[in-house]
Amino acid sequence: MMNDFSTVSKTSDRRLQLEKRSQFLQRLRAFFYQRQVLEVDTPMLSQGATPDVHLRSLSSWLQVPGERERQEYFWHTSPEYPMKRLLCEGSGDIFYLGKVFRDGDLSPRHQIEFTMLEWYRVGFSLQELIDEVLELINQLLPKPRSVQQLSYRQAFAEFAGVEDIFRANAEQCRTCLQLNKVPEIVGVDEDDKPLWEQLILTEVIEPQLGQGVITVLKDFPARDAALALIDPQNPEVAERFEVFVDAMELANGYHELADAGLYRQRFEESLAQRSQLGLPPVPLDEKLLQTLTEKSLPDCCGVALGVDRLLMLQQGERQIEAVIPFGVQQA
Amino acid sequence: MATVSTNEFKNGLKFLMDGQPCTIVDNTIVQPGKGQAFNRVKYRNLMTGRVLEKTFKSGEKVEAADVMDTELQYLYTDGEFWHFMDAESFEQYQAPESAVADVAKWLIEQDMCVVTLFNGQPISVIPPKQVTLEIVETDPGLKGDTAGTGGKPATLSTGAVVQVPLFVQIGEKVIVNTEKGEYVSRAK
Repeated sequence: MMNDFSTVSKTSDRRLQLEKRSQFLQRLRAFFYQRQVLEVDTPMLSQGATPDVHLRSLSSWLQVPGERERQEYFWHTSPEYPMKRLLCEGSGDIFYLGKVFRDGDLSPRHQIEFTMLEWYRVGFSLQELIDEVLELINQLLPKPRSVQQLSYRQAFAEFAGVEDIFRANAEQCRTCLQLNKVPEIVGVDEDDKPLWEQLILTEVIEPQLGQGVITVLKDFPARDAALALIDPQNPEVAERFEVFVDAMELANGYHELADAGLYRQRFEESLAQRSQLGLPPVPLDEKLLQTLTEKSLPDCCGVALGVDRLLMLQQGERQIEAVIPFGVQQA
Repeated sequence: MATVSTNEFKNGLKFLMDGQPCTIVDNTIVQPGKGQAFNRVKYRNLMTGRVLEKTFKSGEKVEAADVMDTELQYLYTDGEFWHFMDAESFEQYQAPESAVADVAKWLIEQDMCVVTLFNGQPISVIPPKQVTLEIVETDPGLKGDTAGTGGKPATLSTGAVVQVPLFVQIGEKVIVNTEKGEYVSRAK
């Protein structure tokens, strides 16, 4: 039987914090149970890791009976790969609600170990998934908010005064940062346009997103597609979106790439980038690649949402540590 | 020269920026889900006291600054320099006016102070949190007014001026909070 929290007296702030978190997790699950989306608790440890240059996987060396040497396994940075294997095998709509790990990420809105909600909807268009994400967020925020949807290009025009970011050069990006009084940036090559562009996004645009509304940013450049499909109508952009509330990124979703060959190609590109940057190589998730080849991924859309961040917004907290039992430095 | 990577950035870390010693007062990691990480850093220039902001690409390195806080005994001033001594090694240091500008009025001979050394030279001084000083000048207050509701300026033996209650008289010793420059109580 579920606890009736309303009858529990406020014994302490700690107890109250735990109750709020517990209720919150229950409501997330209820949202998906109601829609017949199946909960899956995919493994956190895997022989393959994400090759994404911006994510650092933690690893552990496992003693596997029959093996002379200990085997390196990686803690997942998201449950994406095993979930996609399940989708290939015909699981239908699924969600994961649990811990993921990203080494080195620690700030008022980051923890190295944090709680992620990731779900996949078979046969959904990207807009249908966006609508579902918005419904979930609005159910959990203290007050429902109106929605602002705009393309990556529009965001640069509206919030940073860059008319067409796809055609702008590095110098125009640097000028934009100056005009917007962004403090000096150290360590970026003068002509590294993608990075200057990223800085406009994080330093100028993002602080203005989701202020009093929920902002959905869509049509990211194809370069940032990761594992999203390229828009068949416009090869310049990827079918990918991000959701912002109070200037904080809450969710990141894709119309999922299905072609096994393209998966390998994008993974190999990331590995090449890693070696260029002097980052250690990682073993690819060959089991995912094999499944994608043999069974093929159904047409689907998927999204990952930062659970601790949404709880922060619900509770009006500014620090992620206020909504979790212990931060990593207290663990 | 030793370098420090942005991975090691934390509040209080000392580094060199344009040859000047600085200390980090706020370090926020900006980590987009899919993108290059940056460190948004607020730092205080220890020479000027000014707080500045810069954003470093993660993995960038800065030069470490040879800055350390050390407890030294204040000896005396000759008008040009303020002299301090390490009570254990008896090594003496002379601080220029720029290092004591804001705090000279709280320096009392023999008191232990926290002195920040940059390349072995004092660049700033923190006096004890509370000091006891004699009142050398103040309006005579009303006798019997012990409620302490009003206040009046009083000049102390070091030249510092603080607001004191009306009942405090010339010649009395008072305890003063040096951070706020405020009267705390009469000294017993």
